[in-house]
Amino acid sequence: MIETTGPYHRPISLFWWTRRRAYLVFVLRELSSVFVAWFVVYLLMLVSATSSGGDSYQRFQDWSGQVWVLALNIVSFLFILLHMVTWFGLAPKAMVVKLRARRVPPRAVLAGHYALCVLLSAIVAWLVLR
Amino acid sequence: MSRRRSPEPFVWLLFSAGGTVTALLFPMLVFLFGIAFPLGWLSWPDHAHLLSVVQNPITKLILFGVCVLALFHWAHRFRYTLYDGLQLKRLSSAIIVLCYGGAVVGSVLAGLVLLGA
Amino acid sequence: MADRITLEVARYRPEREAEPVMQSYEVPLRPDWAILDGLNYIKDQLDGTLSYRWSCRMGICGSCGMTVNGDPKLTCATFLTDYAPGPVRIEPLPNFPVIRDLVVDIDDFMTKLPTVKPWLVRDEHEPVEKGEYLQTPEELDEYKQYSMCINCMLCYAACPVYALEPGFIGPAAIALAQRYNLDSRDAGLDDRHDVLSSDEGVWGCTFVGECSAVCPKGVDPAGAIQRYKLTAATRAIKDLLLPRGGR
Repeated sequence: MIETTGPYHRPISLFWWTRRRAYLVFVLRELSSVFVAWFVVYLLMLVSATSSGGDSYQRFQDWSGQVWVLALNIVSFLFILLHMVTWFGLAPKAMVVKLRARRVPPRAVLAGHYALCVLLSAIVAWLVLR
Repeated sequence: MSRRRSPEPFVWLLFSAGGTVTALLFPMLVFLFGIAFPLGWLSWPDHAHLLSVVQNPITKLILFGVCVLALFHWAHRFRYTLYDGLQLKRLSSAIIVLCYGGAVVGSVLAGLVLLGA
Repeated sequence: MADRITLEVARYRPEREAEPVMQSYEVPLRPDWAILDGLNYIKDQLDGTLSYRWSCRMGICGSCGMTVNGDPKLTCATFLTDYAPGPVRIEPLPNFPVIRDLVVDIDDFMTKLPTVKPWLVRDEHEPVEKGEYLQTPEELDEYKQYSMCINCMLCYAACPVYALEPGFIGPAAIALAQRYNLDSRDAGLDDRHDVLSSDEGVWGCTFVGECSAVCPKGVDPAGAIQRYKLTAATRAIKDLLLPRGGR
Protein backbone atom coordinates (compact mmCIF):
# COMPACT_ATOMS: atom_id res chain seq x y z
CA MET A 1 0.00 0.00 0.00
CA ILE A 2 1.59 3.28 -1.11
CA GLU A 3 1.66 6.08 1.49
CA THR A 4 -0.37 8.88 0.04
CA THR A 5 -1.47 12.35 1.08
CA GLY A 6 -4.82 12.05 -0.68
CA PRO A 7 -6.61 14.74 -2.70
CA TYR A 8 -5.06 18.21 -2.60
CA HIS A 9 -7.19 21.11 -1.33
CA ARG A 10 -5.86 24.48 -2.43
CA PRO A 11 -6.21 27.02 0.40
CA ILE A 12 -8.22 30.21 -0.26
CA SER A 13 -6.19 33.37 0.30
CA LEU A 14 -7.71 36.26 2.23
CA PHE A 15 -6.87 38.30 -0.88
CA TRP A 16 -8.67 36.01 -3.34
CA TRP A 17 -10.46 39.07 -4.68
CA THR A 18 -7.23 40.67 -5.94
CA ARG A 19 -6.43 37.74 -8.22
CA ARG A 20 -8.86 38.58 -11.03
CA ARG A 21 -9.97 41.96 -12.29
CA ALA A 22 -13.59 40.81 -12.24
CA TYR A 23 -13.33 39.91 -8.56
CA LEU A 24 -11.77 43.29 -7.73
CA VAL A 25 -14.54 45.17 -9.52
CA PHE A 26 -17.05 42.96 -7.67
CA VAL A 27 -15.59 43.79 -4.24
CA LEU A 28 -15.44 47.52 -5.07
CA ARG A 29 -19.04 47.32 -6.19
CA GLU A 30 -20.00 45.68 -2.91
CA LEU A 31 -18.07 48.31 -0.92
CA SER A 32 -20.11 51.03 -2.63
CA SER A 33 -22.85 50.15 -0.14
CA VAL A 34 -20.73 51.69 2.64
CA PHE A 35 -20.74 55.01 0.80
CA VAL A 36 -24.48 54.70 0.23
CA ALA A 37 -24.91 54.36 3.99
CA TRP A 38 -22.59 57.34 4.57
CA PHE A 39 -24.66 59.49 2.26
CA VAL A 40 -27.85 58.57 4.12
CA VAL A 41 -26.18 59.92 7.26
CA TYR A 42 -25.04 63.05 5.39
CA LEU A 43 -28.55 63.62 4.01
CA LEU A 44 -30.08 63.31 7.45
CA MET A 45 -27.51 65.74 8.84
CA LEU A 46 -28.45 68.16 6.07
CA VAL A 47 -32.17 67.84 6.80
CA SER A 48 -31.55 68.27 10.51
CA ALA A 49 -29.35 71.33 9.96
CA THR A 50 -31.83 72.90 7.57
CA SER A 51 -34.77 72.45 9.89
CA SER A 52 -32.84 73.87 12.84
CA GLY A 53 -32.64 77.37 11.37
CA GLY A 54 -30.57 79.56 9.05
CA ASP A 55 -27.47 79.54 11.29
CA SER A 56 -27.22 75.77 11.55
CA TYR A 57 -27.82 75.55 7.79
CA GLN A 58 -24.89 77.91 7.27
CA ARG A 59 -22.73 75.89 9.64
CA PHE A 60 -23.56 72.76 7.69
CA GLN A 61 -22.54 74.47 4.45
CA ASP A 62 -19.18 75.45 5.96
CA TRP A 63 -18.64 71.97 7.35
CA SER A 64 -19.46 70.36 4.02
CA GLY A 65 -16.71 72.43 2.41
CA GLN A 66 -14.01 71.05 4.68
CA VAL A 67 -11.38 69.06 2.86
CA TRP A 68 -12.07 65.70 4.45
CA VAL A 69 -15.85 65.96 4.02
CA LEU A 70 -15.45 67.03 0.42
CA ALA A 71 -12.97 64.24 -0.28
CA LEU A 72 -15.30 61.69 1.31
CA ASN A 73 -18.20 62.92 -0.78
CA ILE A 74 -16.18 62.90 -4.01
CA VAL A 75 -15.14 59.32 -3.30
CA SER A 76 -18.75 58.51 -2.43
CA PHE A 77 -19.88 59.99 -5.74
CA LEU A 78 -17.46 57.77 -7.66
CA PHE A 79 -18.54 54.67 -5.77
CA ILE A 80 -22.22 55.52 -6.24
CA LEU A 81 -21.61 55.93 -9.97
CA LEU A 82 -19.99 52.47 -9.91
CA HIS A 83 -23.05 51.17 -8.10
CA MET A 84 -25.39 52.76 -10.64
CA VAL A 85 -23.52 51.47 -13.68
CA THR A 86 -23.17 47.94 -12.34
CA TRP A 87 -26.74 47.83 -11.02
CA PHE A 88 -28.30 48.96 -14.30
CA GLY A 89 -25.99 46.59 -16.18
CA LEU A 90 -27.14 43.61 -14.16
CA ALA A 91 -30.84 44.48 -13.89
CA PRO A 92 -31.76 43.13 -17.37
CA LYS A 93 -30.39 39.72 -16.36
CA ALA A 94 -32.59 39.49 -13.31
CA MET A 95 -35.73 40.95 -14.83
CA VAL A 96 -37.32 39.11 -17.72
CA VAL A 97 -40.04 41.50 -18.80
CA LYS A 98 -42.75 40.28 -21.13
CA LEU A 99 -44.74 42.66 -23.25
CA ARG A 100 -47.54 41.01 -25.22
CA ALA A 101 -45.86 37.57 -24.90
CA ARG A 102 -42.55 38.84 -26.34
CA ARG A 103 -39.51 39.29 -24.18
CA VAL A 104 -38.40 42.92 -23.92
CA PRO A 105 -34.77 42.97 -25.16
CA PRO A 106 -32.19 43.45 -22.38
CA ARG A 107 -30.91 46.64 -24.05
CA ALA A 108 -34.36 48.17 -23.70
CA VAL A 109 -34.47 47.32 -20.00
CA LEU A 110 -31.04 48.91 -19.61
CA ALA A 111 -32.05 52.03 -21.55
CA GLY A 112 -35.24 52.27 -19.50
CA HIS A 113 -33.23 52.37 -16.27
CA TYR A 114 -30.97 55.13 -17.56
CA ALA A 115 -33.91 57.10 -18.91
CA LEU A 116 -35.66 56.89 -15.54
CA CYS A 117 -32.45 57.97 -13.81
CA VAL A 118 -32.08 61.01 -16.06
CA LEU A 119 -35.73 61.93 -15.52
CA LEU A 120 -35.62 61.59 -11.74
CA SER A 121 -32.27 63.43 -11.57
CA ALA A 122 -33.75 66.29 -13.56
CA ILE A 123 -36.73 66.46 -11.20
CA VAL A 124 -34.47 66.51 -8.14
CA ALA A 125 -32.27 69.20 -9.67
CA TRP A 126 -35.29 71.31 -10.56
CA LEU A 127 -36.80 70.93 -7.08
CA VAL A 128 -33.57 72.00 -5.41
CA LEU A 129 -32.31 74.67 -7.76
CA ARG A 130 -35.42 76.65 -8.66
CA MET B 1 -44.80 20.82 4.35
CA SER B 2 -44.19 23.82 6.54
CA ARG B 3 -40.70 24.87 7.30
CA ARG B 4 -39.39 27.79 9.28
CA ARG B 5 -39.99 30.76 7.01
CA SER B 6 -36.60 32.20 6.08
CA PRO B 7 -36.24 35.99 6.09
CA GLU B 8 -33.81 35.82 3.16
CA PRO B 9 -36.33 36.55 0.38
CA PHE B 10 -37.63 39.59 2.26
CA VAL B 11 -34.24 41.13 3.02
CA TRP B 12 -33.25 40.45 -0.57
CA LEU B 13 -36.30 42.37 -1.78
CA LEU B 14 -35.38 45.28 0.50
CA PHE B 15 -31.81 45.09 -0.80
CA SER B 16 -33.05 45.15 -4.40
CA ALA B 17 -35.45 48.01 -3.85
CA GLY B 18 -32.73 49.94 -2.04
CA GLY B 19 -30.22 49.30 -4.79
CA THR B 20 -32.62 50.49 -7.45
CA VAL B 21 -33.73 53.60 -5.57
CA THR B 22 -30.17 54.64 -4.70
CA ALA B 23 -28.93 54.03 -8.24
CA LEU B 24 -31.72 56.24 -9.58
CA LEU B 25 -31.58 59.10 -7.05
CA PHE B 26 -28.23 59.24 -5.28
CA PRO B 27 -25.95 60.27 -8.17
CA MET B 28 -27.70 63.64 -8.55
CA LEU B 29 -28.14 64.11 -4.79
CA VAL B 30 -24.47 63.39 -4.06
CA PHE B 31 -23.39 65.59 -6.93
CA LEU B 32 -25.44 68.55 -5.75
CA PHE B 33 -25.16 68.37 -1.97
CA GLY B 34 -21.79 66.65 -1.68
CA ILE B 35 -19.79 68.29 -4.45
CA ALA B 36 -21.35 71.13 -6.45
CA PHE B 37 -22.71 73.23 -3.58
CA PRO B 38 -19.74 72.76 -1.19
CA LEU B 39 -17.28 73.54 -4.02
CA GLY B 40 -19.27 76.59 -5.04
CA TRP B 41 -19.93 75.38 -8.58
CA LEU B 42 -23.57 76.15 -7.85
CA SER B 43 -24.78 78.30 -4.99
CA TRP B 44 -26.50 76.63 -2.08
CA PRO B 45 -30.30 76.94 -2.25
CA ASP B 46 -31.46 79.71 0.04
CA HIS B 47 -32.56 78.50 3.43
CA ALA B 48 -36.23 79.33 3.10
CA HIS B 49 -36.53 77.45 -0.17
CA LEU B 50 -34.74 74.29 0.97
CA LEU B 51 -36.72 74.34 4.22
CA SER B 52 -39.99 74.47 2.32
CA VAL B 53 -38.89 71.53 0.14
CA VAL B 54 -37.79 69.51 3.16
CA GLN B 55 -40.89 70.27 5.18
CA ASN B 56 -43.24 69.15 2.42
CA PRO B 57 -44.91 65.95 3.69
CA ILE B 58 -44.44 64.21 0.34
CA THR B 59 -40.71 64.99 0.39
CA LYS B 60 -40.51 63.65 3.93
CA LEU B 61 -42.28 60.45 2.96
CA ILE B 62 -40.10 59.89 -0.08
CA LEU B 63 -36.90 60.76 1.79
CA PHE B 64 -37.86 58.38 4.60
CA GLY B 65 -38.55 55.58 2.14
CA VAL B 66 -35.28 56.23 0.33
CA CYS B 67 -33.27 56.29 3.57
CA VAL B 68 -34.81 53.08 4.91
CA LEU B 69 -34.32 51.22 1.63
CA ALA B 70 -30.77 52.56 1.22
CA LEU B 71 -29.86 51.44 4.75
CA PHE B 72 -31.24 47.93 4.22
CA HIS B 73 -29.44 47.81 0.88
CA TRP B 74 -26.20 48.56 2.76
CA ALA B 75 -27.00 46.06 5.52
CA HIS B 76 -27.56 43.13 3.16
CA ARG B 77 -24.65 43.89 0.87
CA PHE B 78 -22.21 44.61 3.71
CA ARG B 79 -23.21 41.40 5.48
CA TYR B 80 -22.16 39.34 2.44
CA THR B 81 -19.04 41.46 1.95
CA LEU B 82 -17.97 40.46 5.47
CA TYR B 83 -18.83 36.80 4.80
CA ASP B 84 -16.99 36.53 1.49
CA GLY B 85 -14.52 39.41 1.42
CA LEU B 86 -13.17 38.99 4.93
CA GLN B 87 -14.24 35.35 5.32
CA LEU B 88 -16.06 36.09 8.59
CA LYS B 89 -19.03 33.77 8.08
CA ARG B 90 -18.35 32.13 11.43
CA LEU B 91 -19.39 35.42 13.06
CA SER B 92 -22.64 35.48 11.11
CA SER B 93 -24.92 36.01 14.13
CA ALA B 94 -22.99 39.08 15.24
CA ILE B 95 -22.80 40.34 11.66
CA ILE B 96 -26.54 39.95 11.16
CA VAL B 97 -27.25 41.93 14.32
CA LEU B 98 -24.70 44.61 13.37
CA CYS B 99 -25.99 45.03 9.84
CA TYR B 100 -29.76 44.73 10.03
CA GLY B 101 -29.82 46.11 13.55
CA GLY B 102 -27.82 49.06 12.30
CA ALA B 103 -30.30 49.55 9.47
CA VAL B 104 -33.20 49.51 11.92
CA VAL B 105 -31.50 52.04 14.18
CA GLY B 106 -30.71 54.23 11.19
CA SER B 107 -34.30 53.98 10.00
CA VAL B 108 -35.61 55.08 13.38
CA LEU B 109 -33.17 58.01 13.38
CA ALA B 110 -34.27 58.92 9.86
CA GLY B 111 -37.87 58.87 11.01
CA LEU B 112 -37.10 61.10 13.98
CA VAL B 113 -35.11 63.60 11.93
CA LEU B 114 -37.72 63.81 9.20
CA LEU B 115 -40.64 63.92 11.61
CA GLY B 116 -39.02 66.73 13.53
CA ALA B 117 -38.14 68.77 10.44
CA MET C 1 6.01 32.47 -35.31
CA ALA C 2 8.15 29.87 -33.54
CA ASP C 3 7.24 26.26 -34.12
CA ARG C 4 7.44 25.15 -30.47
CA ILE C 5 5.75 26.37 -27.30
CA THR C 6 6.37 25.57 -23.63
CA LEU C 7 3.55 24.19 -21.50
CA GLU C 8 4.01 24.50 -17.73
CA VAL C 9 1.78 21.79 -16.38
CA ALA C 10 0.77 21.25 -12.76
CA ARG C 11 1.70 17.79 -11.51
CA TYR C 12 0.34 16.29 -8.33
CA ARG C 13 1.17 12.75 -7.33
CA PRO C 14 -0.19 12.18 -3.83
CA GLU C 15 2.21 9.26 -3.31
CA ARG C 16 5.18 11.55 -3.96
CA GLU C 17 4.35 15.13 -2.96
CA ALA C 18 2.18 17.06 -0.56
CA GLU C 19 1.49 19.92 -3.01
CA PRO C 20 1.30 20.36 -6.75
CA VAL C 21 4.56 21.15 -8.60
CA MET C 22 5.00 22.59 -12.09
CA GLN C 23 6.68 20.64 -14.87
CA SER C 24 7.64 22.15 -18.22
CA TYR C 25 7.23 20.46 -21.58
CA GLU C 26 7.95 21.75 -25.06
CA VAL C 27 5.34 20.86 -27.67
CA PRO C 28 4.89 21.72 -31.35
CA LEU C 29 3.03 24.95 -31.97
CA ARG C 30 0.64 23.98 -34.76
CA PRO C 31 -1.94 26.58 -35.82
CA ASP C 32 -4.82 24.10 -35.59
CA TRP C 33 -3.85 22.67 -32.20
CA ALA C 34 -5.83 23.25 -29.05
CA ILE C 35 -4.31 23.04 -25.55
CA LEU C 36 -5.74 19.52 -25.42
CA ASP C 37 -3.69 18.55 -28.48
CA GLY C 38 -0.63 19.81 -26.64
CA LEU C 39 -1.50 17.66 -23.61
CA ASN C 40 -2.10 14.64 -25.82
CA TYR C 41 1.30 15.20 -27.44
CA ILE C 42 2.90 15.24 -23.97
CA LYS C 43 1.09 12.05 -23.00
CA ASP C 44 1.88 10.23 -26.26
CA GLN C 45 5.45 11.40 -26.88
CA LEU C 46 7.00 12.95 -23.79
CA ASP C 47 5.53 11.76 -20.50
CA GLY C 48 2.94 9.02 -20.32
CA THR C 49 2.41 9.59 -16.60
CA LEU C 50 0.47 12.84 -17.09
CA SER C 51 -3.17 12.41 -15.98
CA TYR C 52 -6.05 14.51 -17.30
CA ARG C 53 -9.61 14.09 -18.49
CA TRP C 54 -10.89 14.54 -22.03
CA SER C 55 -13.30 12.88 -24.40
CA CYS C 56 -15.14 14.45 -27.31
CA ARG C 57 -12.53 17.14 -28.10
CA MET C 58 -15.32 19.29 -29.53
CA GLY C 59 -16.79 21.18 -26.58
CA ILE C 60 -19.85 19.07 -25.81
CA CYS C 61 -18.82 16.45 -23.22
CA GLY C 62 -17.58 18.88 -20.56
CA SER C 63 -14.64 16.65 -19.53
CA CYS C 64 -11.57 18.76 -20.36
CA GLY C 65 -12.04 21.83 -18.14
CA MET C 66 -8.73 23.15 -16.73
CA THR C 67 -7.16 26.44 -15.73
CA VAL C 68 -5.15 27.97 -18.59
CA ASN C 69 -3.04 31.00 -17.60
CA GLY C 70 -5.37 31.57 -14.68
CA ASP C 71 -8.65 31.30 -16.60
CA PRO C 72 -11.01 28.29 -16.48
CA LYS C 73 -11.25 26.97 -20.04
CA LEU C 74 -12.26 23.94 -22.05
CA THR C 75 -8.83 22.82 -23.27
CA CYS C 76 -10.33 21.39 -26.46
CA ALA C 77 -11.77 24.81 -27.33
CA THR C 78 -8.71 26.91 -26.50
CA PHE C 79 -5.96 27.30 -29.07
CA LEU C 80 -2.21 27.18 -28.46
CA THR C 81 -1.59 30.02 -30.91
CA ASP C 82 -3.70 32.33 -28.72
CA TYR C 83 -0.95 32.03 -26.10
CA ALA C 84 2.08 32.25 -28.37
CA PRO C 85 4.96 32.68 -27.71
CA GLY C 86 4.05 31.19 -24.32
CA PRO C 87 4.78 29.69 -21.89
CA VAL C 88 1.27 28.47 -21.13
CA ARG C 89 0.43 27.55 -17.55
CA ILE C 90 -2.00 24.66 -17.21
CA GLU C 91 -3.46 23.77 -13.84
CA PRO C 92 -6.47 21.84 -12.57
CA LEU C 93 -9.76 23.69 -12.04
CA PRO C 94 -9.77 25.50 -8.67
CA ASN C 95 -12.35 24.94 -5.93
CA PHE C 96 -12.25 21.15 -6.35
CA PRO C 97 -9.96 18.65 -4.59
CA VAL C 98 -7.15 17.57 -6.92
CA ILE C 99 -6.97 13.80 -7.21
CA ARG C 100 -3.91 13.70 -9.46
CA ASP C 101 -2.21 16.12 -11.86
CA LEU C 102 -5.05 17.85 -13.75
CA VAL C 103 -7.85 15.56 -12.55
CA VAL C 104 -10.27 16.99 -9.96
CA ASP C 105 -12.93 15.37 -7.82
CA ILE C 106 -16.40 16.62 -8.78
CA ASP C 107 -18.35 14.32 -6.45
CA ASP C 108 -19.61 17.38 -4.59
CA PHE C 109 -21.45 18.54 -7.71
CA MET C 110 -22.65 15.01 -8.49
CA THR C 111 -24.22 14.84 -5.02
CA LYS C 112 -25.79 18.29 -5.23
CA LEU C 113 -27.26 17.98 -8.71
CA PRO C 114 -29.96 15.37 -7.93
CA THR C 115 -31.16 17.47 -4.99
CA VAL C 116 -32.61 20.00 -7.44
CA LYS C 117 -34.50 17.26 -9.29
CA PRO C 118 -33.18 17.99 -12.80
CA TRP C 119 -35.87 15.99 -14.58
CA LEU C 120 -39.47 16.58 -15.62
CA VAL C 121 -41.71 16.38 -12.58
CA ARG C 122 -45.39 15.94 -13.31
CA ASP C 123 -48.42 15.25 -11.12
CA GLU C 124 -50.03 13.20 -13.86
CA HIS C 125 -48.34 11.25 -16.57
CA GLU C 126 -50.10 10.82 -19.87
CA PRO C 127 -50.11 7.23 -21.18
CA VAL C 128 -47.49 6.61 -23.83
CA GLU C 129 -50.17 5.87 -26.46
CA LYS C 130 -51.33 9.50 -26.29
CA GLY C 131 -48.05 10.58 -27.88
CA GLU C 132 -45.55 13.31 -27.03
CA TYR C 133 -46.09 16.34 -24.80
CA LEU C 134 -46.32 19.13 -27.36
CA GLN C 135 -44.41 22.36 -26.98
CA THR C 136 -44.40 25.51 -29.10
CA PRO C 137 -41.13 27.14 -30.20
CA GLU C 138 -41.87 30.00 -27.78
CA GLU C 139 -42.25 27.53 -24.90
CA LEU C 140 -38.94 25.94 -25.90
CA ASP C 141 -37.21 29.33 -25.96
CA GLU C 142 -38.17 29.88 -22.32
CA TYR C 143 -35.69 27.30 -21.08
CA LYS C 144 -33.52 26.37 -24.05
CA GLN C 145 -30.54 28.47 -22.98
CA TYR C 146 -30.36 26.67 -19.62
CA SER C 147 -30.50 23.29 -21.31
CA MET C 148 -27.16 23.92 -23.00
CA CYS C 149 -25.18 23.14 -19.84
CA ILE C 150 -22.56 20.44 -20.36
CA ASN C 151 -21.60 20.14 -16.66
CA CYS C 152 -18.05 21.22 -17.42
CA MET C 153 -17.67 22.85 -13.97
CA LEU C 154 -15.96 26.01 -15.31
CA CYS C 155 -18.65 28.05 -13.53
CA TYR C 156 -17.87 26.39 -10.19
CA ALA C 157 -14.18 27.06 -10.78
CA ALA C 158 -14.93 30.75 -11.32
CA CYS C 159 -17.40 31.24 -8.48
CA PRO C 160 -15.87 32.81 -5.32
CA VAL C 161 -18.92 31.84 -3.26
CA TYR C 162 -18.42 28.18 -4.17
CA ALA C 163 -14.75 28.61 -3.19
CA LEU C 164 -15.69 30.02 0.21
CA GLU C 165 -18.95 28.23 0.99
CA PRO C 166 -18.72 24.46 0.85
CA GLY C 167 -22.48 24.05 1.01
CA PHE C 168 -23.41 26.34 -1.90
CA ILE C 169 -25.16 24.25 -4.52
CA GLY C 170 -23.62 26.35 -7.28
CA PRO C 171 -24.36 27.91 -10.67
CA ALA C 172 -24.83 24.87 -12.91
CA ALA C 173 -27.15 23.08 -10.49
CA ILE C 174 -29.39 26.14 -10.19
CA ALA C 175 -29.34 26.79 -13.94
CA LEU C 176 -30.35 23.17 -14.51
CA ALA C 177 -33.14 23.49 -11.96
CA GLN C 178 -34.38 26.55 -13.86
CA ARG C 179 -34.19 24.59 -17.13
CA TYR C 180 -36.93 22.40 -15.68
CA ASN C 181 -38.78 25.10 -13.74
CA LEU C 182 -39.27 27.02 -16.98
CA ASP C 183 -40.17 23.99 -19.08
CA SER C 184 -43.88 24.04 -19.93
CA ARG C 185 -44.07 20.25 -19.52
CA ASP C 186 -42.84 20.45 -15.92
CA ALA C 187 -44.90 20.83 -12.74
CA GLY C 188 -42.05 20.60 -10.22
CA LEU C 189 -41.57 24.24 -9.17
CA ASP C 190 -42.82 23.46 -5.64
CA ASP C 191 -40.69 20.32 -5.40
CA ARG C 192 -37.52 22.23 -6.16
CA HIS C 193 -38.37 25.24 -4.04
CA ASP C 194 -37.04 24.11 -0.67
CA VAL C 195 -33.57 23.25 -1.98
CA LEU C 196 -33.29 26.31 -4.21
CA SER C 197 -34.49 28.76 -1.57
CA SER C 198 -32.32 27.42 1.22
CA ASP C 199 -29.29 29.42 2.37
CA GLU C 200 -27.14 27.06 0.31
CA GLY C 201 -29.31 27.71 -2.72
CA VAL C 202 -29.86 30.97 -4.53
CA TRP C 203 -29.51 33.20 -1.47
CA GLY C 204 -25.82 32.41 -1.15
CA CYS C 205 -25.18 33.93 -4.57
CA THR C 206 -23.92 37.51 -4.57
CA PHE C 207 -24.12 37.94 -8.36
CA VAL C 208 -20.41 38.18 -8.98
CA GLY C 209 -21.26 37.05 -12.52
CA GLU C 210 -18.00 35.24 -13.27
CA CYS C 211 -19.87 31.99 -13.79
CA SER C 212 -21.64 33.42 -16.84
CA ALA C 213 -18.41 35.04 -18.05
CA VAL C 214 -16.54 31.71 -18.22
CA CYS C 215 -19.41 29.50 -19.43
CA PRO C 216 -18.41 28.05 -22.82
CA LYS C 217 -22.02 27.35 -23.83
CA GLY C 218 -23.65 30.71 -23.08
CA VAL C 219 -25.92 29.29 -20.38
CA ASP C 220 -25.79 32.45 -18.22
CA PRO C 221 -26.22 30.70 -14.86
CA ALA C 222 -25.96 34.07 -13.07
CA GLY C 223 -29.08 35.24 -14.86
CA ALA C 224 -30.86 31.98 -14.04
CA ILE C 225 -30.03 32.43 -10.35
CA GLN C 226 -31.21 36.06 -10.19
CA ARG C 227 -34.45 35.13 -11.92
CA TYR C 228 -35.07 32.44 -9.34
CA LYS C 229 -34.38 34.93 -6.52
CA LEU C 230 -37.20 37.03 -7.91
CA THR C 231 -39.44 33.96 -8.27
CA ALA C 232 -38.73 32.85 -4.71
CA ALA C 233 -39.17 36.36 -3.30
CA THR C 234 -42.51 36.82 -5.08
CA ARG C 235 -43.61 33.46 -3.75
CA ALA C 236 -42.53 34.41 -0.22
CA ILE C 237 -44.64 37.58 -0.38
CA LYS C 238 -47.63 35.62 -1.68
CA ASP C 239 -47.20 33.02 1.06
CA LEU C 240 -47.08 35.79 3.64
CA LEU C 241 -50.22 37.49 2.38
CA LEU C 242 -52.17 34.39 1.37
CA PRO C 243 -50.91 31.41 3.39
CA ARG C 244 -50.93 28.22 1.36
CA GLY C 245 -52.97 26.28 3.86
CA GLY C 246 -55.90 28.55 3.27
CA ARG C 247 -55.95 28.16 -0.51
